[in-house]
Amino acid sequence: MKTYDIVIVGGGPAGLAAAVAAKEAGNDSILILERDHELGGILNQCIHNGFGLHTFKEELTGPEYAYRFIKQVLDLGIEYKLNTMVMDIAPDKTVTAMNREDGMFTIPAKAVILAMGCRERPRGALNIPGYRPAGIFSAGTAQRLVNIEGYMPGREVVILGSGDIGLIMARRMTLEGAKVKVVAELMPYSGGLKRNIVQCLDDYGIPLKLSHTVVDIEGKDHVTAVTIAKVGPDRKPIPGTEIRYTCDTLLLSCGLIPENELSRSAGVKMSPVTSGPVVNESLETNIPGVFACGNVLHVHDLVDYVSEEAKRAGENAVKYINEGCRDSENQDFIEIAATDGARYTVPSSINLDRMSDLLTVRFRVGDVYKDSFVSVYFDDERILHNQKRIMAPGEMEQIILKKSQLKEHEGLKKITVKIEAE
Amino acid sequence: MEKRELTCIGCPMGCQLTVTMENGEVTGVTGNTCMKGDIYARKEVVNPTRIVTSTVKITDGDKERVSVKTASDIPKDKIFDVMKDIDAATAKAPVYIGDVLIENVAGTGVSVIATREIAKV
Repeated sequence: MKTYDIVIVGGGPAGLAAAVAAKEAGNDSILILERDHELGGILNQCIHNGFGLHTFKEELTGPEYAYRFIKQVLDLGIEYKLNTMVMDIAPDKTVTAMNREDGMFTIPAKAVILAMGCRERPRGALNIPGYRPAGIFSAGTAQRLVNIEGYMPGREVVILGSGDIGLIMARRMTLEGAKVKVVAELMPYSGGLKRNIVQCLDDYGIPLKLSHTVVDIEGKDHVTAVTIAKVGPDRKPIPGTEIRYTCDTLLLSCGLIPENELSRSAGVKMSPVTSGPVVNESLETNIPGVFACGNVLHVHDLVDYVSEEAKRAGENAVKYINEGCRDSENQDFIEIAATDGARYTVPSSINLDRMSDLLTVRFRVGDVYKDSFVSVYFDDERILHNQKRIMAPGEMEQIILKKSQLKEHEGLKKITVKIEAE
Repeated sequence: MEKRELTCIGCPMGCQLTVTMENGEVTGVTGNTCMKGDIYARKEVVNPTRIVTSTVKITDGDKERVSVKTASDIPKDKIFDVMKDIDAATAKAPVYIGDVLIENVAGTGVSVIATREIAKV
């Protein structure tokens, strides 16, 4: 089997952008491994528009956005293998994979880029009571059935969870003639973008019931009805508030989980908050030469940010290979901590020597904050205090750190990102 | 005087907008916290439009469906007429991004174009 400098696990938006960036940074020995039969990942089934406003300054559909990157991969002659499942990544960066043409094979890579994306939270992880009949789908599965295969999962639909995929599918199924009866959301706020609530639900008169959850699923062979109930502040159903909807389909849009089985078995250190790897300024994990980007690192709401992040991972992988051994360099890291409403940051540490002039640090908040401040502290000194009209868990936030600013603070040990009321 | 209630989509704030109208003309927008809301509300009450995306059945292709969109936004009240035309259409592979699959969909003067490539088998 041919050897490669850089193996990229996953040919979705993150893997494609990482590959293009690595090639453009001067490396000609790149291989993308993709388990599906085509490149593009989840974008292929996201046929709605709204992608690429940041990257291309125009509104594209998912397949169009993916094609912009697929075309670059093809034009640059970057190698890829489809229908190929990566079985293992060893701590020494040996990648074991298999497909029907090559059988099982190993590639001793110099750098590995993790770009496996994420999976939907399934029913089994939600503790919904009731029967287990046919007709219960994750929203993404339904999206694939409708948009790729051309099948309608059902005609009368209840949706649990107001994540963006659920909202998009509420509109999609309505357009194809289904009746979407209600979208129930456990939390007192929606997990989806405001634009999707208005254009996918309000436009079609679909009610959104916040602080509601499914308490019963009826139907032995196939779903016949779903009962939802209001929940209290403890998120427990309140007796007497039940509403029963007859339906043949229940869609679940209850969160996404980074798909990190391979990372874990490789010994990559994980963040309990993001369920993704802990990375430094180079988007490098605790294993030198193993980088992560896209939804495997932390779940994004905009693909534009995935592309930007993956570009950095690709460039840094090339830098890592070109610089060879790093033992001699400064191993001091500045920690980035998230507290007081900020749930996590990516990256979570900075090596000042390797940091670029500007570094984007992305984070999410744990609640809805109105007229609050994003504050950044260098040790005990507050150096940034930005007022934001609104921050919500469904919208990723970012701050930009300047290398010059960090250098001015000699002996800087810790950067803290927090949300302050004033 | 007529009043319309809207939710602004300009940002996550989701301001509740109240638009006052007289004889089909906007006389005022309240509830917005920035200009985005004002602009959105004025367009949304007088001439609401949307891009429609869907799929069209394809023959001789390496896939079952080709994803499509209206080349520009169409009046909101024509969405289901547009969908009817899209569901009735079929395309023949090969198809390239930007290919016109339906002309003047539902009499809107807008075409429906392919958003992905389908190879011929």
